[in-house]
Amino acid sequence: MSKARLLAVCLVLAGVAGFAWMSIYGLHNDPRELPSALLDKPFPEFSQPALGEPERLLTRNDFLGRPALVNVWATWCPTCRQEHAYFNKLAAQGVPIYGINYKDEEDKAQKWLLDLKDPYVMNVSDPRGSLGMNLGVYGAPETFIIDSEGVIRFKYVGAVDDRVWKEKMAPVYEGLLKP
Amino acid sequence: MRKILLPLLCSLWLSAPAMAAIDTYEFETQAEQDRYRKLIEELRCPKCQNQNIADSNAPISLDLREETFRMMTEEKMTDEQIVDFLVERYGDFVRYKPPVDKRTLVLWYGPFALLGFGFLMLVIIVVRRRKDSHGPDSKASLSGDEQQRLNELLNQPRESADK
Repeated sequence: MSKARLLAVCLVLAGVAGFAWMSIYGLHNDPRELPSALLDKPFPEFSQPALGEPERLLTRNDFLGRPALVNVWATWCPTCRQEHAYFNKLAAQGVPIYGINYKDEEDKAQKWLLDLKDPYVMNVSDPRGSLGMNLGVYGAPETFIIDSEGVIRFKYVGAVDDRVWKEKMAPVYEGLLKP
Repeated sequence: MRKILLPLLCSLWLSAPAMAAIDTYEFETQAEQDRYRKLIEELRCPKCQNQNIADSNAPISLDLREETFRMMTEEKMTDEQIVDFLVERYGDFVRYKPPVDKRTLVLWYGPFALLGFGFLMLVIIVVRRRKDSHGPDSKASLSGDEQQRLNELLNQPRESADK
């Protein structure tokens, strides 16, 4: 076999191997998981009423001071119900969680918090989803980790449970707690 | 038969306007409407992935269409500004036409590079074939080196000649 032919065969084999690797890699890559465009960017400015208290305006400043979770939720979202118990648990452990009630009805949302317990430090009412849009939210639930300065450090789309918290979120959150 | 067919046809006729009414935005000019149409067809729905926001019925697509309409008509933003606004929030993912940068270089130019490589291979193969097909008659066209190599090959023992 001539050198040139050997080289050609090697090239083709390398191509096939590369393609196979890409395909296998692709299988384990969830296409629904989008990289957040807001990672390492400041949490957007907002000025919207608190859930159930139309006169009390909340702003970005209310979220600052310590690392915290920001959870986008709604009563129409079944996955939010699924993860709610876990947020109760996290809140009991002392993790501050801010809620954004996304495109929801106020009375339903308030009833939900009464029925399922309220793990949130405070809840921003976002009935039209404008804050959601500024956050790049495309479906509830979505959970962000922000640092004490309000910079977004992590985003998770989907239900937060024990595994997600321990594997993905706790390392980021605990890293932020260290001075 | 007629008794069934007529109501059926009527119901078909009724369903057409119902579908067109999914959202009706009023534009001042046809050009504006075309621009809007083109924009929402080039923007990808972040939730439903393989649909653009024009085709998708996901709530987020509805919101994005509304926002696009609002940005176009109220804020008089250019197409570029609108796309940038959405990319800032949802990432490059929302564009069906990704920008040309370091990460997308292979995506944009890879196929052309492969095509060029294939063409180069083709040229090499054809040139070689042509050389081979000249056979013993074209002895005169062989260079000194080639003649020497040919002699070597011819003098080789049989069993290695076909390898």
